[in-house]
Amino acid sequence: MGRVILSNSIRFLLLVATQVFLLKNIGYYNLSVPYLYILFILVLPFGISNSLLFLLAFFTGLTIDFYYDSLGLNAAACTIMAFVRIIFINLTVQRDGFDNEPEPRLGIMGFQWFIFYAFILTFCHHFILFTFENFKFSEFGYTLLRILLSTLFTVSLILITEFAFFQKKAR
Amino acid sequence: MRNLWLFIGKYNAFFLLIIFFTISLILLVKHNSFQRARVWNSSNQLVGRSYERINEINSYLKLRKTNDSLAAENARLRNQLATSFYSDSIKQVAVRDTTLKQQYTYTVARVINNSVHQKNNYLTINRGSRHGISKGMGVISAKGIVGIIFNVNEDFSTIRSLLHSETKVSANVNGSIGSLVWGEENYDPRFAYLKDIQSHLSIKKGNRVVTSEFSMFPEGTAIGYVTATRTSQGDNSLDIKIKLNTDFSTLEYVYVINNILSAQQLSLEAQNKIE
Repeated sequence: MGRVILSNSIRFLLLVATQVFLLKNIGYYNLSVPYLYILFILVLPFGISNSLLFLLAFFTGLTIDFYYDSLGLNAAACTIMAFVRIIFINLTVQRDGFDNEPEPRLGIMGFQWFIFYAFILTFCHHFILFTFENFKFSEFGYTLLRILLSTLFTVSLILITEFAFFQKKAR
Repeated sequence: MRNLWLFIGKYNAFFLLIIFFTISLILLVKHNSFQRARVWNSSNQLVGRSYERINEINSYLKLRKTNDSLAAENARLRNQLATSFYSDSIKQVAVRDTTLKQQYTYTVARVINNSVHQKNNYLTINRGSRHGISKGMGVISAKGIVGIIFNVNEDFSTIRSLLHSETKVSANVNGSIGSLVWGEENYDPRFAYLKDIQSHLSIKKGNRVVTSEFSMFPEGTAIGYVTATRTSQGDNSLDIKIKLNTDFSTLEYVYVINNILSAQQLSLEAQNKIE
């Protein structure tokens, strides 16, 4: 239990630092902007309670917002993402089959499941993020393009990170 | 109460979503000037639009009242027009310091019965002898002449419309005077004919036709404009086709003209007949 909290805290710090110090300056003409920090919410353990998940997602988003000067924007997107995560995991994973608090990671769940999972959640996060950032329905096509390109960017970064810390576990 | 807690516990994800999402949105709108401006603007727009719609409906419902008041105001204004007065300059020195004395007064009336498709058309208006209407008065609309009062009772009057074979109005085109008739081989309520104009006069298409000083209407009241001319068969005069200004089929408000001096004029002319 203590190990889980420690590893998640370190992951949180690393991801937030990467996001606000490195990835904030990277982007393709404002069209494709990566938000790697959502990986933290993506790989929280299966066993986490809903309220704790929402709380963590909300405060992760809020932390990013403090650095991005967009109070509430990332928090809203992360909250939606947490909700989609709960639905998605309820639909696709039987919880009984697991022991010792596994995490939804590439090495554990398999490539196909993970890429689908990452894509859906990232898309939901980016959809809320960019539509609320734009906050009007004009230029909706442009916003949609931004959402799709950013989703591709973020998902590829997530996959790269996951492959870098790939650990095949015997189930 | 227990069931409620159970329900909330069962779907806690959804309720947590609502709670956290609401908090995020409140933060977003409160602390970001762009989003705040958008929210205020769009809500203001929404409110403004809805007020506009309601106002449109309201003004539509009040149209009748508005029409009444506008027509009454028009009548009042016509009473003040210079053409309603006749020059009284002979008496000027002796009696008054004003050179103008009222000759015409206008009474507004609403058309309550109308016809345009008969050979002899009549209109009924909601004014009668109680309102000072009497037989032989002229009736005009905002655009041009309408007809002559034909029968009067206490509250209503009938008008012998211009679209009547017996109605003849003295009209003036380019300074030459003819009589306006309707109903001889022409039953179109939009047109009338002007007769007895000498054929050597040059009357052009588009010339304005107005009432002459011999009619019961104030001199210069609009009638219509010339659309075609042709020489009449058998005599040396022109038949001029006139497009009438007044649209008789949609007539709603008319003004009855009371010539205050007509009684004097008629009694004077009556003496000629006796002698």
